[in-house]
Amino acid sequence: MTWETVIGLEVHTQLSTCSKIFSGASTAYGAEPNTQADAVSIALPGVLPVLNKGAVERAIRFGLAIGAHIAPRSVFARKNYFYPDLPKGYQISQFDLPVVGMGALKIQVEPLSGNAKPYEKTVRITRAHLEEDAGKSVHGAAQGMTGVDLNRAGTPLLEIVSEPDMCSPAEAVAYAKALHTLVRWIGISDGNMQEGSFRCDVNVSVRRKGEPLGTRREIKNLNSFKFMQQAIDYEVQWQIDTIESGGKIQQATVLFNPDTGETRAMRSKEDAHDYRYFPDPDLLPLAITPEMMVEVRSAMPELPEARRMRYIEQYGLTSYDASALTSSREMADYFDSCVSLAGPANAKLAANWIIGEVSAQLNRDNLDIAQCPVSPQQLHGMLIRIADNTISNSGAKEVFRTLWSEGGDADAIIEAKGLKQVSDSSAIELLVDGILADNADKVAEYRSGKEKLFGFFVGLAMKASKGKANPTQLNEILQKKLAG
Amino acid sequence: MSLSTADVRKVARLARLAMDDTEIEAARSQLSGIFELIEEMQAVNTQGIEPMSHAQELSQRLREDKVTESDQRELFQGIAPQIESGLYLVPQVIE
Amino acid sequence: MLNSSLKQMAAALRANEISSVELTGLYLERIAAHNPSYNAYITVNPEMSLQQARLADEMLARGQAQPLTGIPIGQKDIFCAKGWRTTCGSKMLADFIAPYDAHVIEQFNAAGAINLGKTNMDEFAMGSSNETSYFGPVKNPWDQTRVPGGSSGGAASAVAARLCAAATGTDTGGSIRQPAALCGITGIKPTYGTVSRYGMIAFASSLDQAGPMARSAEDCALLLNAMTGFDERDSTSLQREKEDYVRDLDLPLKGLRIGLPREFFAEGLSPDVAARVEDALSEYRRLGAVTVDISLPNSKLAVPVYYVLAPAEASSNLSRYDGVRYGYRAPEYADITEMYEKSRSQGFGNEVKRRIMIGTYVLSHGYYDAYYLQAQKIRRLIAQDFAEAFKQCDVIMGPTSPSTAFRLGEKGDDPVQMYLSDIYTIAVNLAGLPGMSIPCGFGDNGMPVGMQIIGDYFSEARMLNAAHQYQLATDWHSRSPV
Repeated sequence: MTWETVIGLEVHTQLSTCSKIFSGASTAYGAEPNTQADAVSIALPGVLPVLNKGAVERAIRFGLAIGAHIAPRSVFARKNYFYPDLPKGYQISQFDLPVVGMGALKIQVEPLSGNAKPYEKTVRITRAHLEEDAGKSVHGAAQGMTGVDLNRAGTPLLEIVSEPDMCSPAEAVAYAKALHTLVRWIGISDGNMQEGSFRCDVNVSVRRKGEPLGTRREIKNLNSFKFMQQAIDYEVQWQIDTIESGGKIQQATVLFNPDTGETRAMRSKEDAHDYRYFPDPDLLPLAITPEMMVEVRSAMPELPEARRMRYIEQYGLTSYDASALTSSREMADYFDSCVSLAGPANAKLAANWIIGEVSAQLNRDNLDIAQCPVSPQQLHGMLIRIADNTISNSGAKEVFRTLWSEGGDADAIIEAKGLKQVSDSSAIELLVDGILADNADKVAEYRSGKEKLFGFFVGLAMKASKGKANPTQLNEILQKKLAG
Repeated sequence: MSLSTADVRKVARLARLAMDDTEIEAARSQLSGIFELIEEMQAVNTQGIEPMSHAQELSQRLREDKVTESDQRELFQGIAPQIESGLYLVPQVIE
Repeated sequence: MLNSSLKQMAAALRANEISSVELTGLYLERIAAHNPSYNAYITVNPEMSLQQARLADEMLARGQAQPLTGIPIGQKDIFCAKGWRTTCGSKMLADFIAPYDAHVIEQFNAAGAINLGKTNMDEFAMGSSNETSYFGPVKNPWDQTRVPGGSSGGAASAVAARLCAAATGTDTGGSIRQPAALCGITGIKPTYGTVSRYGMIAFASSLDQAGPMARSAEDCALLLNAMTGFDERDSTSLQREKEDYVRDLDLPLKGLRIGLPREFFAEGLSPDVAARVEDALSEYRRLGAVTVDISLPNSKLAVPVYYVLAPAEASSNLSRYDGVRYGYRAPEYADITEMYEKSRSQGFGNEVKRRIMIGTYVLSHGYYDAYYLQAQKIRRLIAQDFAEAFKQCDVIMGPTSPSTAFRLGEKGDDPVQMYLSDIYTIAVNLAGLPGMSIPCGFGDNGMPVGMQIIGDYFSEARMLNAAHQYQLATDWHSRSPV
């Protein structure tokens, strides 16, 4: 029997405003507990919410980025429930009328197992709405007590709800990553997953092929892509095992434990499903005017998918390379800077270096591209010397290592280290002639069919040139001379 | 309309109000009376009428994204029932 | 001095006939002597009041006096006033010292007025008799066995008993107008959004509106000047030019069209109240006004609609009282849920709990459309009735309350009977219109009768003008129980 997995995601992304969604308290991360909990954040009697323009603009930006309908009129509603980190006893959110309607996101899926090929898929996004974050519960703050820190309460969130369009952990992760790239790309969130700026709830259900949708369970608050994949893997298997052993899936909210790799149902709140939503009487309907739309649209950057397509079409990059270069806006901007300096003819070369050596070094040093010690200007200096055959690939690696650790410019390094390769064919011929003359016996062996000896001659010639002979030229000349 | 004891219990629970059996029964009888009054609404045909949430047909004013509030923890926690190290304390919450 | 108008008091202060410290001291003495019988105040703080009075005297001495500088005002205990205990009439907030000022308080402070004390009120403004206050019932100064009305009963009683020069109130379903009527004073609830709700403890956000309660329309106009104005901290605060509500007081009433809604003169209205309102209307005709019959066909639904919408909003507004950050926390509990349930059960009184339960029920799953949505639709019908009516008239008049003040405890066991005492006032809140009550005589039991004046949006100046002209021609407003 074949099983199908159906996955939908709800992502809460913190918007990068400096003040809270309904008050002028700071949203900076990491402050002492409750020092950013103003009168509105702690819900003193008599305080009232006023909506932050920055949050609204970011929501519009997101809507435009996924090609969604932006509601000219949307409404804030109260979601009522009691929890110590929810100071008003309700969360201000949007229910019937969200600010962002149906849109879509194109994703590149790399299957996690087997030899399956990467493919493209479009995931529909049902809606995205503005809401406020809750505070944080600090467990064990005192003997048998929970401490409540309301610094985070009121931080603006955009909740992005997908359709259940994904059917494997790989697709779910690819979607989450694409969304993560997008929110940072368009500058609406810092996307910092450790700090909780990008939190994923994953709805998972399984069904036998051809059967109606199964009951879903929601895995809450996943804050890494690795955990997401592990959690879905475990959950899918658990659901299949449960059904196959005659059990039934109960709708539930589950938590993933990274230590055990397992999911477990949360202590259920019997009234969790009766949130008594109603329009917040303290807030008027949010009207998004055409002027506001124009303003936001004019500040929109080129989106990752558009840039990816441009790289493929304009520079002939592979889909894989184009995706890698558009994994963040900083990465893509770095690439664009290199190409604008080195010329479009060197785009592929630039791509190879950025995806290869540059990324590898960044990973080793745990840096991101914005912190790269080698500037696009410096890298371009090296790239053009590769392109005009001044240095060989191994020479280039030496140059790059030096640029990384000591700085400077490529030409000076080539000069100082004598890395310039010999591309003068008469000089190479002379050198080859000498070697062939000194090794007449090996030449004879080669000519009688022992072609493996070719490498031996290359080695000798390189040694004789102190590694500076242009390898392509050396190969050609050797071939010609050995052929007699 | 008359409410059942179970209705009243459910509502008390949702609203986080502890009530004993006597209080539930008293509430049930009073609420039933009030809902009799409220039920008068059901006779009205409101088809096609737009619900009215606010007295004025205005839209939300937006605040510039600026930090205007400073730390007032000491003042605000001066009236808190139980605090420690700047945190509000409550009985252990189990998820 | 106690019977002087605010204008006269201000003149006396300016002329240095009396200082603000003396005036404030005079009222504080009266409160000390008489509040034990009326229970009109929950909190007085002579030290803080007198400190403000000294500052006011300095302003007066510097010639920087504004119309209310130095005048002692009773503040309803629903307004947060920094450093003042602010209880909202509830055990839940019995020890709550407000850490900030409401917009209304800021405005009075800026005007140099004196906060004389925090007046008693129904718990969280839920009540029509002031019997739901945790701090005990307020007595009507005209007859201490009778209620002063509610929820701004402390304010009404204090004004009538001359325990303040004037007072503030709030009105969600009649809480300024009904106690004003029952205590024989003047009160106005302006258009929704005119006075900021910032710092005013919420009952039903889409209906709550603050306003003045005083001995005359002229006094109310002066107070309204201080209370109104745009406040960016309240999203429902209206961005309008600051208005001078005194400007039209002296206009003649000739040609004023008064609409009389036939639904307000139907069954349920006490004959003595009806008779006094008729007398007042005759006076208006003498003053040159004309009356026209109008109809507000959906107004009979105002009470049921209100008892869906107000409790729904209240049930949510009052969820913040959970014993976590401020307010009452039960002394014993086993876990977090018990802490919530016990703190809220012990901290809230019966009427508040009743309304929280109504509100929770009407919003709960499966009932929303039948109750909340239906109520919001009828709310629009009610507002449309008024819009139609104002095509035929300039103001609407009728009784404020179906009867004069009832006896303490008289309606205690029957919430529905209590709710019906706001039958004429509630529709005004649902529509967001301004409404006021002025004294127009006495009922068979010798208790004051109030006449309600309802205006179109932003027509407060016109309403005050109509009230003031009546008060120039009659003396009901200057009768005193003390």
